[in-house]
Amino acid sequence: MTKAKALVITGNGTNCENEAAHACRLGGFDEARIAHISELMSGEVRLDDYHFLNLTGGFLDGDDLGSAKAQANRLKNATVEGKSERLVEQISRFIADGKLILGVCNGFQLLVKMGMLPALGGDYLKQSVTLTYNNAGRFQDRWCYLKCDASSPSLYTAGISQGIYLPVRHGEGKFLVDTQATLDAIESKHLACLKYSDSQYTAPTMEFPENPNGSVNAIAGICDETGRIMGLMPHPEAFVHRTQHPRWTREELPEEGDGLIFFRNAAQYIKKTF
Amino acid sequence: MPHRIEITLKDQVRDPRGERIKREIEHFLHLEVAEVRTIDVYTVDAALTAEQLEAAAAGPFCDPVIQEYSIDQAAAKDFDYVIEVGFRPGVTDNVGRTAAEAIGYLIGKPLAAGEAVYTSVQYLLKGALSEADAKKIATGLLCNTLIQRYQIVDAATFAAQGGIAAFVPKVSGETKAAVNEIELEVSDEELMRISRDGVLALTLDEMKIIQAHYRDPEVRKVRAEVGLGARPTDVELEALAQTWSEHCKHKIFSADVEYVDENGNKEEIKSLFKSFIQRTTADVRKALGEKDYCLSVFKDNAGVIRFNDDWSLVFKVETHNSPSALDPYGGALTGIVGVNRDPFGTGMGAKLIFNTDVFCFADPFYDKELPSRLLHPRRIYEGVVEGVEHGGNKSGIPTVNGSLVFDERFAGKPLVFCGTAGIMPAKIQGEPSHEKKILPGDVIVMTGGRIGKDGIHGATFSSEELNENSPVSAVQIGDPITQKRMFDFLIRARDKRLYRFITDNGAGGLSSSIGEMSEECGGCKLDLALAPLKYPGLNPWEILISEAQERMSLAIPPACLDEFLAMAKRFGVEATVLGTFTDSGVFHILYGDKTVAYLPLSFMHAGLPPMRIPARWEPPKNAEPKLEPAADYTGDLNALLSSLNICSKESVVRRYDHEVQGGSVVKPFTGVANDGPSDAAVHRPILDSFEAVVVGHGIVPRYSDIDAYHMAANAIDEGLRNYVAVGGSLDLVAGLDNFCWCDPVLSERTPDGPYKMAQLVRANKALYDYCLAFSLPLISGKDSMKNDFYDGNVKISIPPTLLFSVIGKMEDARKAVTMDVKRPGDLVYLLGATADELGGSEYYALKGAVGNHVPKVDAQAALATYSGYHAALEQGLVASCHDLSDGGLAVAAAESAFAGGFGVAIDLCQVPFKGDKAGRSDAVLLFSESASRLLVTVRPEKAASFEACLKGTTFAKIGEVSVDPIVTMEGINGGIVVSADLDQLKESWQSPLREL
Repeated sequence: MTKAKALVITGNGTNCENEAAHACRLGGFDEARIAHISELMSGEVRLDDYHFLNLTGGFLDGDDLGSAKAQANRLKNATVEGKSERLVEQISRFIADGKLILGVCNGFQLLVKMGMLPALGGDYLKQSVTLTYNNAGRFQDRWCYLKCDASSPSLYTAGISQGIYLPVRHGEGKFLVDTQATLDAIESKHLACLKYSDSQYTAPTMEFPENPNGSVNAIAGICDETGRIMGLMPHPEAFVHRTQHPRWTREELPEEGDGLIFFRNAAQYIKKTF
Repeated sequence: MPHRIEITLKDQVRDPRGERIKREIEHFLHLEVAEVRTIDVYTVDAALTAEQLEAAAAGPFCDPVIQEYSIDQAAAKDFDYVIEVGFRPGVTDNVGRTAAEAIGYLIGKPLAAGEAVYTSVQYLLKGALSEADAKKIATGLLCNTLIQRYQIVDAATFAAQGGIAAFVPKVSGETKAAVNEIELEVSDEELMRISRDGVLALTLDEMKIIQAHYRDPEVRKVRAEVGLGARPTDVELEALAQTWSEHCKHKIFSADVEYVDENGNKEEIKSLFKSFIQRTTADVRKALGEKDYCLSVFKDNAGVIRFNDDWSLVFKVETHNSPSALDPYGGALTGIVGVNRDPFGTGMGAKLIFNTDVFCFADPFYDKELPSRLLHPRRIYEGVVEGVEHGGNKSGIPTVNGSLVFDERFAGKPLVFCGTAGIMPAKIQGEPSHEKKILPGDVIVMTGGRIGKDGIHGATFSSEELNENSPVSAVQIGDPITQKRMFDFLIRARDKRLYRFITDNGAGGLSSSIGEMSEECGGCKLDLALAPLKYPGLNPWEILISEAQERMSLAIPPACLDEFLAMAKRFGVEATVLGTFTDSGVFHILYGDKTVAYLPLSFMHAGLPPMRIPARWEPPKNAEPKLEPAADYTGDLNALLSSLNICSKESVVRRYDHEVQGGSVVKPFTGVANDGPSDAAVHRPILDSFEAVVVGHGIVPRYSDIDAYHMAANAIDEGLRNYVAVGGSLDLVAGLDNFCWCDPVLSERTPDGPYKMAQLVRANKALYDYCLAFSLPLISGKDSMKNDFYDGNVKISIPPTLLFSVIGKMEDARKAVTMDVKRPGDLVYLLGATADELGGSEYYALKGAVGNHVPKVDAQAALATYSGYHAALEQGLVASCHDLSDGGLAVAAAESAFAGGFGVAIDLCQVPFKGDKAGRSDAVLLFSESASRLLVTVRPEKAASFEACLKGTTFAKIGEVSVDPIVTMEGINGGIVVSADLDQLKESWQSPLREL
């Protein structure tokens, strides 16, 4: 069988690389390599050698020009040493090859600002949505209930019955769209796979703190039309064991956390497909 | 010609930053504004084509979904006043730096030398405001004039002049490399003027020691040989001032003290540090014998203990009080990123696993007059909280534990304690990682940020009280991302063993770091002209002592140098060779080929005789309040829950990422609604293991008003108690002491110095007594001894404060216990005895009193309780546990109940009491803060086993967890003395700081 290989990019302010790689291993990846961005830019590490790209949480360039803006600019313009190829071309080829990308928090911000989500009509380089300052104007670390759309094409959320419980940790997580048409397309194609909801997962909510940032239509995560590229503000890698749950000392919980399913689904898909 | 790119939000997009400013203007300045909108301004001072400018504006600077841009055309519209706030020249502008880098990627090459991008923010105010109101908003809220500049323009003027002209806050100046010699053959008055005017903070005695050194014919002869005159250069004098500053040298803790107690008994103490702190650790380690787990104590930037066979644990807590008083945001940000460098600069360097923070402020709602120059406590609160938020969150280090302490005297100086723990492989390529050395011939390399005028005289200025003339340049703004990049690189270089020694550049800059490193091998030869500068115009002495942030100093074996420098380049980290380490015995500094400082190490590091400080202990006699017994204490309980020291700090804590790195086991908040206050943090640093680090702390400055001995004893007990409550093991645990004192040295300005010094002596005695009894080795610490404000009229001294941090291990994190009650029917136990000890309590503070009966810690009883409790926890017998501290039993019971969502019914008659029965009353049993007590709930079927574990200790079953959501307490005379709904109690506890 194919060895499932995950790559976690770090550097310039990425912070969640270790737990993301750990989650990949627990989820069934045979290899989870943490590569510094400089190793990609020097050509030491090639994206082509991996199946699953993790763009994970952090503060790329300190959020200085708005979250992930500077890194989006870097990936679009920086070339791989000694070649004329830019990193963005490697990523486009990675997508065209049918491989997987998961963007969490800062990684989600990066994906939308590069235009890779929702990528309506298959245009992966045109930005149509964004993530900006929470309505409260402040960073928030709190756990949120996320209602899952079972009709979503996302391969990561397949098998989630109603919803999942994960932490959010961000200051710029409010999801906004450029036009109503974009929002309509996201909804009609079931691309908004996760929405902030009440604790029973009955309905999406706009109420703080259940909806921690004021995202339009309570959108917490979206995928592209293929379901292979997904981004979300909550952190699935932060809940892979019950002791990470804020109430594990008082509730009867399974050993595995809700977030592990993302990585297990990705590993299974790769082993099945490649 | 510079260009202005302005980024505005599209009309229909909400502006949370503007909304927040509007709220703050209303809350804080009591001015009505209709609306506040904001615009980001990038002033681009670079030779770019129109297309390149457009590409920058449209690309990295603007988010097309929500923003619009304009170039060299004012975007502001529909306002009454615009206030634009930008940095002063030379202040770190992180966003500007990132913007310049982004342009570099766009145009395919970095901006040229001297070219840069500067950022500012426009605040558009709408409402019936006067010019004076606008100025009040600018100076009272938006702009810290120490580091920022502002312009106020009304709508008519704005229209007439077509917006705001581009302004480039560039540091102008040429490098003259001027080195001055200072004449020391002058009068005593003149010597003191030299010290004062130069912010050297050297005393007359110290100036005379320096004078004597330069008179020595031998010294003169050697100096002549290297081309130096008989007078000291400014570089030398500054280097000595840094090295000998209270901040770096800890002169008060090294002093000879003559202590006289209340009975007139005299005691000579040679160095508090050696006599108490070092001796504590030495004696504890001796008693531990083969079980000793200390690896490196007091000699490095942080303490190191064993974690397991493969990993070592590193911890350090620092203070950053003086800078935070001047610039709360920058000071606190620098505090956290600064303490990050301590574990990173310990041994061969540690991966950082968590931060802790403790802030001491005055009441944020303070409404009386403040002396000029002091910032309002609310601004300090906001700025410090935000600074630590940015520093911690952006660095990717979870903030797992902390507290906020309030006392009016912290208006004089806020205390900002920042701690960082790290973990490192026990061995790297076979060598112990906590050890390091330097060999003569090793290359001096500096990595990270560049040197500017920021942070000059930080070390010496914090060694004086805050006054009208405190220097602007002492303030720095940290940059977590530059540091993060450097750490990402250095930890990889560490694993390849590309360097032999690493330390951080903190107080005193290169002067301190290279000075201390030189002691390791016996000398150095360093060329300041090689140092990378942020801008030209720095004189050699400024380069040497600048505390510009994000820099580490390393010793690199010549054979590894090329690989090290190549790797740094790949990772985008600046690394510069500055010279070599030698065994010449001399701190030898050049500028180009000219010697500018030539100081024998023996003089630099040992030339200073100890100070002599008198200490006289006279116990204060506070009025003893007479409290009439009441029939009901529910109102008092609600009032206590709403007091600043007890109320919920959730609005602050949620702003800190406490879960990044994935190791969080016991979070700051817990319970049925994730909002009960945890006693301590449990954190797994290695994700495929359940071994955990436990960290807690104790701090009770109020008790210093009675006796600093018991203040320290209670801080130690509280730290250990919190640590034990969640599951920390007594077999592998260590302490860190952080003393923050008011100036205790007798002088004209400090006539009560001997009393304050006696308080310091007594706190140290407690440290020794209790840490020895608890077998708690001290592994690191810090003192900050000048926490006073004095403007010539008003003097404000902080209450003497010891922060005692406790760090240790838990073998299996899955056994951790949280403070929320778990289920109805569980039995409520109180461990430890309660006494008539309301002195210094929150309850007395509520009644406007201090009293005299301060809680006294019985170490042996405490240890028995903690050991028994830990055994019960290990066997899984504990459902919940909460420590009793501020507000005593009533507050702890209320917190556990509302956190768990179930009521508790407690019978005060059952509470074990010690001491004179005359002192036993409902108020004492409810609110006394007697030490070493834990409130525990246990499932009924486990009660017998639980009680067996606690056999021989003082404890009692005092009540039961109930389904009814109420807290009831039956008094000693049989009536119900407290009865309150959980919702009401929780609201009292949550409301005071919820909106901040």
